[in-house]
Amino acid sequence: MRHEANGAKPAIDPDIAARQAVMATCTGATAAELEHALQGLGEAPSASDLRGTENGLVMLRGRMGGDGRAFNLGEATVTRAAVRLDDGRTGFAYQLGRDTAKARIAAILDALWQGPERAAVESVLTPIRDRIAGEAAAKARRVAATRVNFFTMVRGED
Amino acid sequence: MYVAVKGGEEAIDNAHGLLAHERRGPVSVPDLSPDQIENQLALAVDRVMAEGSLYDPALAALAIKQSRGDLIEAIFLVRAFRTTLPRFGNGEPVDTSAMAIERRISATFKDLPGGQVLGPTFDYTHRLIDFMLAAGVTPPAPAEVETDFEATPRVTDLLDGQGLIEAELPDDTAEVGDLTRAPLDFPADRDLRLQALARGDEGFLLALGYSTQRGYGRTHPFVGEIRFGEVMAEFVPEELGFAVPLGPVTLTECQMVNQFHGSAELPPQFTRGYGLVFGQSERKAMAMSLVDRALRTREFGEDITAPAQDEEFVLSHCDNVQATGFVEHLKLPHYVDFQAELGLVRKMRSEYAARQQELKEAAE
Repeated sequence: MRHEANGAKPAIDPDIAARQAVMATCTGATAAELEHALQGLGEAPSASDLRGTENGLVMLRGRMGGDGRAFNLGEATVTRAAVRLDDGRTGFAYQLGRDTAKARIAAILDALWQGPERAAVESVLTPIRDRIAGEAAAKARRVAATRVNFFTMVRGED
Repeated sequence: MYVAVKGGEEAIDNAHGLLAHERRGPVSVPDLSPDQIENQLALAVDRVMAEGSLYDPALAALAIKQSRGDLIEAIFLVRAFRTTLPRFGNGEPVDTSAMAIERRISATFKDLPGGQVLGPTFDYTHRLIDFMLAAGVTPPAPAEVETDFEATPRVTDLLDGQGLIEAELPDDTAEVGDLTRAPLDFPADRDLRLQALARGDEGFLLALGYSTQRGYGRTHPFVGEIRFGEVMAEFVPEELGFAVPLGPVTLTECQMVNQFHGSAELPPQFTRGYGLVFGQSERKAMAMSLVDRALRTREFGEDITAPAQDEEFVLSHCDNVQATGFVEHLKLPHYVDFQAELGLVRKMRSEYAARQQELKEAAE
């Protein structure tokens, strides 16, 4: 699962780490995939906006030399959504890009995941997770084929 | 000085209409989609993201279409777009050691953990025009090799333990300067300099980096490592209190390792210049790392003898949106200024003629 492998630092708390993994899958999904996943859960739950879904920016940061003091690298467009289900559960999404419909579905899935629908949400996301992992693995194989294998030339006679 | 000049509205409207017409070109040629630009002119998209200082490939592709491929115009469009959006906050610093490597080379260590990985590179091509591309030939599938996830530590981490290379010290209590929020002040700290360089013009930084190699502020650089690939961008929203994965961003990182002779306080060791850029932008990352090191004169007690070492010169001129704004403003109406100058030149010429006449009469 290379995609998860580059997900920097998963939280220590396994519940949070699992929630982060769901969020990572949702951000890597296409809008159509997420819509399909939500439909796979049966009747769409009614959700109200805790805050209007909106486009905005997050300032991305790097570190000097990769591991030193932080500096501002540049911004990224990010869409955020926050919803509340009828039973009071809240869900959030923060995703790169400007797709408000996709972010709102991700927030609904985040809310559902925190309740009895957790296993169902994990299950409808599995094909997406597999697609992302499959693509990452194929890319890794193509990149690995460009790895240099040095060999030493023997010159002259011994 | 500018004065309000009425008229010209119709000419302007028609000029923009003509621009749209020329942008589209002959309708016998299919319209170019932003999707095609994003995927097939990906390095142009990367440059617009880097210098537009906004990570959004789809937006950068659209900006390139709108600007007819004028990348500085596209960068300008992206910069203008970002001013329309609220900022949710600051992301977590990206961890480039956890990058899903697409290319990773070192010019200083042949054998290193993770290996030398060439990736999709123009290096070693013969730079011959490929006429097969004009024929629209589908390339054969690239080779694949089974691989396990292997850690690729940064090269600079390999030597860090021995003190031979300058160590970077993370200090997350330090305030991180932001030149989009406060005007640049000199002297500027390295965080602000790196931010300015990361969004600076590739051509300008390339020329400055080159100048250091030619002796104008020489730094004896080696490419410790160049890598590009995806890292997960993360953000901690207040309402959640944990790092939310925003999605993968492609970055290029260059670790330049530079000779340093040491000083009274410091034993001799290699110093470092750093480049980090949105997208696959190797030339820019290398130039950035050269200029970053050149600008660290105060830290190492080096004399400022060359343009690349002069932070006020570099930082004041590396932004191509600012530069193009000031250069291109010269074409705005300066009718009144020019009339005033014209009157002045006429007056000076008549005075000159009178003096010449006096001299001539005196000589006779």
